Amino acid sequence: MSYLLAVTCAVPAAGAILTAALPAGTNEARRRTTKAIALGVSVVTLALTALIAADFKPGGARYQLTESHSWIRSFGINFSLGVDGIAAVLVLLTSVLVPLVMLASWHDADPAPSPDGTFDGDTFEGRRRTQGFFALILAVEAMVIVSFLATDVFLFYVFFEAMLIPMYFLIGGFGDRAGGPEASRQRSYAAVKFLLYNLLGGLVMLAAVIGLYVIAQGQGQGTFDLQTLTSAVADGKLVINPTAERALFLGFFFAFAVKAPLWPLHTWLPNAMGEATAGTAVLITAVVDKVGTFAMLRFCLGLFPDASKFFAPAILVLSVIGIIYGALLAVGQKDIKRLVAYASISHFGFIILGIFAMTSQGQSGATLYMVNHGISTALLMLIAGFLISRRGSRLIADFGGVQKVAPVLAGTFLIGGLATLSLPGLAPFVSEFLVLVGTFSRYPALGVIATLGIVLAALYVLVLYQRTMTGPVKESVSKMPDLKARELLVAAPLIALTVVLGVYPKPLTDLVNPAVADTLSQVHRTDPAPAHPVAIPAGGEQQ
Amino acid sequence: MNSLIPLLIAAPLVGAALLLLGGRALDRFGHWLGTFASLLSFVFALLLFSSMLGRSVDQRPVREHLFSWISVGTFQADVSFQLDQLSMTFVLLITGVGTLIHVYSVGYMAHDERRRRFFGYLNLFLAAMLLLVLADNYLLLYVGWEGVGLASYLLIGFWQHKPAAATAAKKAFIVNRVGDMGLSIAIMLMFTQFGSFAFGPVFATAHQASQGRLTAIGLLLLLAACGKSAQVPLQSWLGDAMEGPTPVSALIHAATMVTAGVYLITRSNAIFDLAPTAQLAVVCVGAVTLIFGAIVGCAKDDIKKALAGSTMSQIGYMILAAGLGPIGYVFAIMHLVTHGFFKAGLFLGAGSVMHGMNDEVNMRHYGGLRKYMPITYVTFGLGYLAIIGFPGPSGFWSKDRIIEAAFAKGGTEGWILGAVTLIGAAVTAFYMTRVMIMTFFGEKRWQPDAEGHEPHPHESPKSMTVPMILLAFGSVFAGGLFVLNNNFQHWLEPVTGFSEGNSPLSSGVVMALSIACMLAGAGLAYVVYGRSPVPAVPPVGSALTRAARRDLLQDDFNHAVLVRPGSALTAALVFFDSKGLDGFVNGLAASIGGISGRLRRVQNGYVRSYALSMFGGTLVLVATTLLMRSV
Amino acid sequence: MNPVNYLYLAALLFTIGASGVLIRRNAIVLFMCVELMLNASNLALVTFSRLHDNLDGQILAFFTMVVAAAEVVVGLAIIVSIFRTRHSASVDDSNLMKL
Repeated sequence: MSYLLAVTCAVPAAGAILTAALPAGTNEARRRTTKAIALGVSVVTLALTALIAADFKPGGARYQLTESHSWIRSFGINFSLGVDGIAAVLVLLTSVLVPLVMLASWHDADPAPSPDGTFDGDTFEGRRRTQGFFALILAVEAMVIVSFLATDVFLFYVFFEAMLIPMYFLIGGFGDRAGGPEASRQRSYAAVKFLLYNLLGGLVMLAAVIGLYVIAQGQGQGTFDLQTLTSAVADGKLVINPTAERALFLGFFFAFAVKAPLWPLHTWLPNAMGEATAGTAVLITAVVDKVGTFAMLRFCLGLFPDASKFFAPAILVLSVIGIIYGALLAVGQKDIKRLVAYASISHFGFIILGIFAMTSQGQSGATLYMVNHGISTALLMLIAGFLISRRGSRLIADFGGVQKVAPVLAGTFLIGGLATLSLPGLAPFVSEFLVLVGTFSRYPALGVIATLGIVLAALYVLVLYQRTMTGPVKESVSKMPDLKARELLVAAPLIALTVVLGVYPKPLTDLVNPAVADTLSQVHRTDPAPAHPVAIPAGGEQQ
Repeated sequence: MNSLIPLLIAAPLVGAALLLLGGRALDRFGHWLGTFASLLSFVFALLLFSSMLGRSVDQRPVREHLFSWISVGTFQADVSFQLDQLSMTFVLLITGVGTLIHVYSVGYMAHDERRRRFFGYLNLFLAAMLLLVLADNYLLLYVGWEGVGLASYLLIGFWQHKPAAATAAKKAFIVNRVGDMGLSIAIMLMFTQFGSFAFGPVFATAHQASQGRLTAIGLLLLLAACGKSAQVPLQSWLGDAMEGPTPVSALIHAATMVTAGVYLITRSNAIFDLAPTAQLAVVCVGAVTLIFGAIVGCAKDDIKKALAGSTMSQIGYMILAAGLGPIGYVFAIMHLVTHGFFKAGLFLGAGSVMHGMNDEVNMRHYGGLRKYMPITYVTFGLGYLAIIGFPGPSGFWSKDRIIEAAFAKGGTEGWILGAVTLIGAAVTAFYMTRVMIMTFFGEKRWQPDAEGHEPHPHESPKSMTVPMILLAFGSVFAGGLFVLNNNFQHWLEPVTGFSEGNSPLSSGVVMALSIACMLAGAGLAYVVYGRSPVPAVPPVGSALTRAARRDLLQDDFNHAVLVRPGSALTAALVFFDSKGLDGFVNGLAASIGGISGRLRRVQNGYVRSYALSMFGGTLVLVATTLLMRSV
Repeated sequence: MNPVNYLYLAALLFTIGASGVLIRRNAIVLFMCVELMLNASNLALVTFSRLHDNLDGQILAFFTMVVAAAEVVVGLAIIVSIFRTRHSASVDDSNLMKL
């Protein structure tokens, strides 16, 4: 038994505690040490996850590097971890994004003069702001990684819920400084809304988790172990009657649909992403929300295959509504960050669409979509954050002509936008097209409606770019500096990833495909065959 | 030799990457680097062309597999290229005209501080366009398809500080995306029908699919073509796209990118030949756009917009020809190539005029420029003769063949199409003569601008005139070379197929008719614009003229039908989201708060009332226990 | 004598105590009524002990007495201190338990 996975989870957790315990950041040097330590921990985590991905053999068993430590023995709960292809790419995404988020938020938690003129570094909270911020980010990273790696339903539940606590403090405690006292009221509203929505989802899920255990125990499968449960369901050793299965499915799905978020449970996201710092917004949408879609794929489909198939059409319709609805609302936004939030809602529609279309293209596409959306939204949101911090306003109308004064900033912003609208050649195109093809081959009408989303995406991205970056230079932005070295260091890896994964996504698809094939076999679905299969094999090898 | 194919694309792609990422260090020689990348690509194209000519006809198409791009289940997308006669024609046109326009831009953009970036975008465009015509499957074609859309977006909006340019760029991209939607759904449909979207397998199995599916695929491809080639109903972006620098209008919005729709339809001939309904739709779109563009071209006073209307109309000819099936494919592509020469030449001429006239675009402020710009006058004039179909220069040969093919369609359809193409020829002669007279003949009409600077028209530098001269050569001689021994037809026939059709009129009669139409149109223009001085302020004109000045109300239509309802819907949804969905949740929270407020009053703090409730509770419990026991 | 009569007496005493708690305002009287209720239940416990012939009831009665004594000590102390600060022993005056 290797301890690689446990170590990967433990490193950021220990880092969070260490960072929080560092002496208070009363001066710049101390704060810099704190940040450097946190960044270092996240880089070590990245190295460890790279090691996981390297150790993972795509052709081997579904769950690899498994380990299990006894936790609550009387209920059969273990601290068991394991990694499959889907988890591997998502863990990689998380550990790539966290250092970049830290780097982008380098000064977001520095003490600053508060609106009434006092310097908030004088207060206790002010002195501990920096530690708090970076420790919370590491805590979120640790919990997200455990959630991705957990192969025990209860363990997953605990960390799925626990994540809310650091996220709550990140949203409520650290906003962008583009607002006065009203902003802090809005921020605590957003934080409470985030917490309540997700807690409600989590409680419903807890009931379902307990229900599942009770039913399983009644049939001699008193365990929370995911692999045991799924194989018992597959072998017919665990038979749940259809009504109970559907109820349990809904319990799990509700929690994930709130987190993902699926229309109409999405209204917490624009508030949370709008009020939080750009870095926190990236953590929400690119990392934490992915746990929701990931869990749909792993838990809903694996544990309740029949109920998944039963509810799939309804869920698909909701996702398509979400795609169009999110895009239309993004068009109507006046606030840059809320625009990105609504765009994300549209994109989550695509992810859920791909998962429940239940074709290999759909699900592989959805998994890639999680990764690519993470990268592209991080790029767009972090650059938007740099833009907002320069002007002190989130309103689109307050910008104009930035391209002239800060061409590099505008250029990177445009690349982020183009990735968001899934330009072919960039990574999101691959996943979006796979999702669309996968949906179309089983539900042509839904596939066609979802394709409308690509036109709307062009609309909201280009309108945003036009209003903020082009036109005559506005007085208020005429002194705006271009990207600094630190900010370029954030943008460059993200841009490189979107380009590389758009041209050569094979490393990811090789990891993901076997896990998706296994998931599809759990729900007993095969891809629809083409109506008139081609006689000669596709591909260009023959001359 | 085949390994040169990826290099064709790589040269401009590397050029673009260097120019866009290189930073200021490259400012001094960046434009030459970009031109060199384009020239290199042209040299590769020539090498490939000569090697292709050296092979026997059935050995000419070659394929080059680079790597597997996306592979999920049965979904296999490869990055692999196919170079056959059709692609070769395009590659030569793109790299050849592209290189000339790079050279031209060196002079044209000399005073622009962002010239390096301009060349980066031009190189990016070349790479994407080459990818489009070299791809061996529809998905890779789609990458090039959107890639040229991106390059077009960047170049139309190159002068981003002008709000009009930024708006035009955005409009072009979004309208194109509507078309792209058609292409992507077509690819999905192909995948579900054939399990593949590579050209070879799809064309080989197309006959097995049902008529309905093939028609659907055909119509979706037509939608894509309409977007990229500015055909009705997705034509509205092309006129606005003239906000871009003139070399861009010449390369992208005249010679190459806008003809991608014709390429797509010709490339998919195996599908269209099996779907007559889709072909009929193609022909209708072509015929309508042909007339639409020509009418718009007659009314515009902006020289570039008049030429844009003309481009739309000429591509209408090509689309119409492509819709005729094997009778027309060859001539569609032939007209495409000759049009590439003369229209690029005309645009470069227009750019040269603007260059000498302080960027003035209104033809009513030109007049008599032939004395000041002799080279521009001659090259523009040769392009003019080519486009109106004057016997001899290339446009005559290619357009005449299309008119003949339209008649050869047979039946009533053939007569209608033939008549439309002839009317189109007459109107073309009219508006081009108008442009010619207003620009180069008559008296000078320019005035000092607001700051009192009077333009001093002068001939453009060598870097601009040399490409114009070379393109003029192409405009004059290409058509004759193509029809000599039916060279072009034999060259392309293996890819597109060819059939004579049966024309009710002999080719001599058709030729006579088209010359008559051309003379009538040109003569009418001379009567209207050549005999009396051109007023500097446009006359009010008829209702049709006024509508044509507003692009036949296309924007008013789109605004009323799409934009206004769309923004109303968006506003309604924003309201619904905050007041409806969020309001529901907030309302729930508020009512829970209200109920607990009520309940809190029960906790009044008086010991005796608590005691009472305790007694009451005990009483109820005891009573219930007793009651349950008795039951 | 029939031991059940003791139960009636206990019930009667308990009711008197309970009504006293609910009706009277003076904290001392209230306190005495609580004692009355406790003693009523003691009486009932002892009676049950006799009826069922085991000692459990009597043991419980001892517990009750000890608890009652402790309660008197603490309770009286509170009442005295409230009286000192507020110059009143009326329970309706002190609703400090309300938030």
